[in-house]
Amino acid sequence: MNTAFWYASRATGIVALLLLTAVLVLGILVNRQGRLPGLPRFAVTDIHRNLSLLSVAFIAVHVLTAVLDTYVHIPLISAVIPFASGYERLWLALGAVSLDIMLAMIVTSLFRGRLNRVLWRAVHLLAYASWPVAFAHCIGSSKDLQQGWMLGLAVGCAMIIAAAVVWRLAHAARQVPRAGRVAAVFSQRTVTR
Amino acid sequence: MTTALNMPVPHESAPGGAARQPAGLPRLLPAAAEDLRAHLARYGPTPYRGQPGALVADVEASGLTGRGGAAFPVHRKLAAVARAGARQGRKVVVANGAESEPASRKDEVLLRVAPNLVLDGLQLVAETVGATEVHLYLHREPGPEILRALAERGVRGLDRLAVTITQAPPRFLAGQETAVVNRLSGGPALPTFQPPRVSERGLGGAPTLMQNAETLAHLALIARYGARWFRAVGTATEPGSMLTTIYRPRARPQVAEAAIGTPLRTLLGDGDGAGGPGAQAWLVGGYHGTWLPLPDAAGITLDNASLRRFGAAAGAGVLAALPSDRCGLAEVARVVGYLAAESAGQCGPCLNGLPRIAAGLAELAGRGHRRQTRADLERWSGLVEGRGACHHPDGTVRFVRSALTVFEPEIQRHARGQCSATDRAPFLPLPQGMPTSEEDWT
Amino acid sequence: MAETLRVNPITCAGHGVCAELLPELVTLDEWGYPIVDPGPVPPALDRGARRAVAACPALALKLMRN
Repeated sequence: MNTAFWYASRATGIVALLLLTAVLVLGILVNRQGRLPGLPRFAVTDIHRNLSLLSVAFIAVHVLTAVLDTYVHIPLISAVIPFASGYERLWLALGAVSLDIMLAMIVTSLFRGRLNRVLWRAVHLLAYASWPVAFAHCIGSSKDLQQGWMLGLAVGCAMIIAAAVVWRLAHAARQVPRAGRVAAVFSQRTVTR
Repeated sequence: MTTALNMPVPHESAPGGAARQPAGLPRLLPAAAEDLRAHLARYGPTPYRGQPGALVADVEASGLTGRGGAAFPVHRKLAAVARAGARQGRKVVVANGAESEPASRKDEVLLRVAPNLVLDGLQLVAETVGATEVHLYLHREPGPEILRALAERGVRGLDRLAVTITQAPPRFLAGQETAVVNRLSGGPALPTFQPPRVSERGLGGAPTLMQNAETLAHLALIARYGARWFRAVGTATEPGSMLTTIYRPRARPQVAEAAIGTPLRTLLGDGDGAGGPGAQAWLVGGYHGTWLPLPDAAGITLDNASLRRFGAAAGAGVLAALPSDRCGLAEVARVVGYLAAESAGQCGPCLNGLPRIAAGLAELAGRGHRRQTRADLERWSGLVEGRGACHHPDGTVRFVRSALTVFEPEIQRHARGQCSATDRAPFLPLPQGMPTSEEDWT
Repeated sequence: MAETLRVNPITCAGHGVCAELLPELVTLDEWGYPIVDPGPVPPALDRGARRAVAACPALALKLMRN
C-alpha cells in the first residue's frame, strides 16, 4: 500500500510541475495578448485559470499520498508550514513556500473584483518566485528526478520557463513609457500597452 | 440682455460690515493691484458667518455658476461637500488657480491684482463646508502678490485655515479635477478614472470641494453684498459678471470683466458690424471651445443660452477674433497638435486618435490633401469622443468639428493649392515644447 | 436594478476578450479598444456580461448599478 502511495505522490508531483509550467507560460501569454492557434482570445485566460486550479488539485493528491505513506513521517501541516517536517526538511519547506504563494494567488484571484487592483497584481507577480521555488523542491526532494528522462523533463520545463520570462522581460524593456507614448504615435510607431 | 454698466442699486447693509454696495462693473478687477490694506478699506474684513452651511442659501439665490469652464451651479457643489463624509472627518477645499488653458490669463491677473478676494472666498467656502484643510493650486511659482497677501492676512489673523500652496506642472490637463487631486496627493497631474466624484472621495479619500479662483472671488463679494446685488448685472438665467481673456486683430491680449449677456461684438469688435474689420471667425471657450462663423454669429451674446445656438459655451471666458489675414487651418492645426501632445496617453482611444487627428489637420492646412483625410477625421472624431477618462478628447473634437465647418471654404482653397492668408505669423498663443518624461507632469 | 457596463479606459489595455465574449454589447475600434453599449444590460445578457467582467485580464470592465 505504501509503495502505491509513494508512486502516486511522485507521479502527481511530476504532473503538477508540468501543469505549473503551462500555467506560468499561459499567464505570460495573457499579459502579452498572445493567442493559442485556432482558439479564441478568451481561451488563453480561461485555460490559464482552469489549469491553475487543476495544478492545485494535483498538488493536493501529491501531498495527501505523501502524508498517507507511512514509510516516512510527513505531517500534513508541513504542506503549508515550512520546516514542519523532519524528513527532507529543506526541500519540503520549499514546496510549502511555493504552495503558500499559489494559495495566495488563487484566493486573491477569486476575489479579484472586490480587491484593490494593485494588491491583486502584486500577489500575482509572486508567481515568478513560486515556480523556481517549486522547481527546487522537485529536484531536491526526489532522487529519480535527478537522473534519466525525468531530469530531461524537468530541465525542459526550466528552459521553457526561461524562454518565456526572457520574452516577457524583452517586452518590458522595449515598452514605451507613458510620457513617451504620444510622441510614439506621432512618429507612427505602433504603441502597445 | 442686461449689459449693465453703472446701474444704480439700492443701498443695503450686508454682513461683514462693508456699508456700500458697488454698482456696475468692474466688480472683481480694481483699477490697480490692491494690497490687504486697500482691500480692507474697500470691502471690510472676511465676512465669516459663524456656522457651517450658512452661505449656501445666498449662493443659491445668486445663481452663481463655476467660472472654471464647466459652469456648474456652485451651491450644489457646496451643499454636496457640506453633507458628504463623516461629521468630524477630514474635508478639503481647493482653490484651482492652475489656469491650464494657455489662452486664458484671467486667473493669473485676478490673483495678481485682487488676491484677497480669492483668499476670502477660499476661507468662506471652507467655513461653509466644514473643511479641515485648504489648498491653493497655482499655474506657476506663486507671485509676490499672493505671498504678500497670505503673509499680511496671517499677521491680521484673517485666515482660519492655513493655505498650502502647490504648483501645477505646465500641462493642459493639470487643472482637471482628478488631476489636481492626483498632484496634491504627491503624484503626477494626470487624470484618474474616478467614480465616485471628487466631492465624495477626493484628496486622501476625503470629500473635496474644488472651485476656480474667479468663482471664489465672486463668492467673496456675494457674501458681503448678497444675491440681489450679484444679480444686478447679467441675465435672469445666467446672472453676474465674468472675466474674459480677449484676443483681437492688431490689439494686445486683454483681460476684461464683462456682464454675462454682453454682445460679443462689443468685446471682440470695434463696435461696428460683423466682428469689426479684419476678423474672419470667432473662437469662444478656448481650445476646447467652438469656432463661430462670421457674419452669421455676429449677433451672439456672452451667455450660454445664446451661445448654445451655435453649439458653443462661454467656458473659462477665452474669446478670440481671428484676423482675416491669417490662415484659420494653420491656426487650428497648430492648436490641435498642441492638444494631442498634451494627451495624458493613458487611454487607448485618446492616445491613438488625437495625434492622428492632428496629423490630418496638418494635412488639410498644407497644399492639397488626400481624399480619405476628411473621412478619416470624421471617423476618428467619432471614435475618441466620450471614450477617455477625462473630457480632453471630447473638448478637442468640439474644437475640431466646429473648425471644419467654419473653415470649409479655406479647406477647399487649400485643396486647390491656394491659401487666402497673407500673414503667416501665429495668432493663438501656445507654449513651447512637448512633455516627454514623467517629470514634465509633476 | 438596472446595470450598465463601463470600461475603465486607463486600465484597459485592449485585450479584446470582452468583445469576443459579449459582441452584442461590446465592439472593438480600429485600435483594439472596446466600444461599450452605454445602455442598461438586458436581462438575457446579464450572465454573459458578468462572465465578460470576470474574464477581463486587466480588470477594466465593470458592471455599475444605475
